[in-house]
Amino acid sequence: MSAHVRRALEEITRIRGVRGAVLADRTEGIVVAESAMLGVRREAIAALGASLVRRCGVLLEGGGLGVPRHVLLQGREGTLVAVPVTDELLLLAVGDAAVNVGLVRAELQRVARELR
Amino acid sequence: MTERRPRAPWDPHSLDAAERLRRQGDLEAAARVAIDRLEHAPGDAAAHDLYARVLADMGNLPGAESEWQEVLGQLPRHAGAHKGLGFIRFREGRLDDALDHLEIALASAPGDPAVVQAMRTVRAALQREASPPRDRVFEGLEGAGRGLLLVDARGGVLGGAVRDADGFDRSELVGGYAADLVHEARRTTAMLHLGSWEWVVVEGSEGSTYLAAPTDEAVLCILRDRGVPAARLTLLAEPALAAAREWLHEQTL
Repeated sequence: MSAHVRRALEEITRIRGVRGAVLADRTEGIVVAESAMLGVRREAIAALGASLVRRCGVLLEGGGLGVPRHVLLQGREGTLVAVPVTDELLLLAVGDAAVNVGLVRAELQRVARELR
Repeated sequence: MTERRPRAPWDPHSLDAAERLRRQGDLEAAARVAIDRLEHAPGDAAAHDLYARVLADMGNLPGAESEWQEVLGQLPRHAGAHKGLGFIRFREGRLDDALDHLEIALASAPGDPAVVQAMRTVRAALQREASPPRDRVFEGLEGAGRGLLLVDARGGVLGGAVRDADGFDRSELVGGYAADLVHEARRTTAMLHLGSWEWVVVEGSEGSTYLAAPTDEAVLCILRDRGVPAARLTLLAEPALAAAREWLHEQTL
């Protein structure tokens, strides 16, 4: 599975503007697999992404809106996209501020479907 | 077993049989008995009350109201008639009037569980209907009063409201979680070198939410059910952010 996952993550990283893609453990916030440019903090993406999505889940539940399907975090200089795969796994991609988030999301969801 | 042969109309017990028919859902048969009884005894308040209940079950509320008014003409504090009219006023959205009728019904029939439950329902509706002043922040905007919320950095509700599908206010709960999420979003953008945090959209299985900061000290939270695409929330956010900034500015003057 790891070679297949790594190839899938590399495909996401080939999208223009994407700096890195990580498959993370949702509970522990640790890297399961990754494909990222030099200098990208993979461990931080996994840890912070998992924590963020956990809080998103709490907020959605509080508002009666179900469970997270997709999270988009926009910073002035970059973007984080997250798509839960299962209760245990989470796909994350970090890119430039102007990255095509629709394409990144579609690719993350495609990979997530393959991993389920 | 359904009672098919009710008693004769001159027998006062015929109404008991008719009530059983009504409860069994045989509204036509119940109506026939009530009408027969009223033809035999036009002033029988119990028969008018029963016929009104049958008409209400049939969805004929104007007819039911007319019958209950007839009852009140004879017995101004008749519990059943006031209970029935309370139901009709509730259906019309006239909640204060509904409560007035139910209070008279309860005074005439203390402890009637159906009236007590009906009063609870009406009071809950009145509470939901009450629009606190904080709703004025987003007055006129789509989702005002149910899906637009302004909180401070510590989750305290400043304005707007979030209500679930049943109309219950979830503002404080959502406000607390939203402020916590924004704190984490700021930390994440900083540590991943994504620049200063601008906004976050979360698409859920039953709906979506959008968070942004109109000022450094406040958080705007938009919630919509799944009928609204998550991407549309960023469009809805612009006027809401402008309204929030304006309101916050007014508060500091």
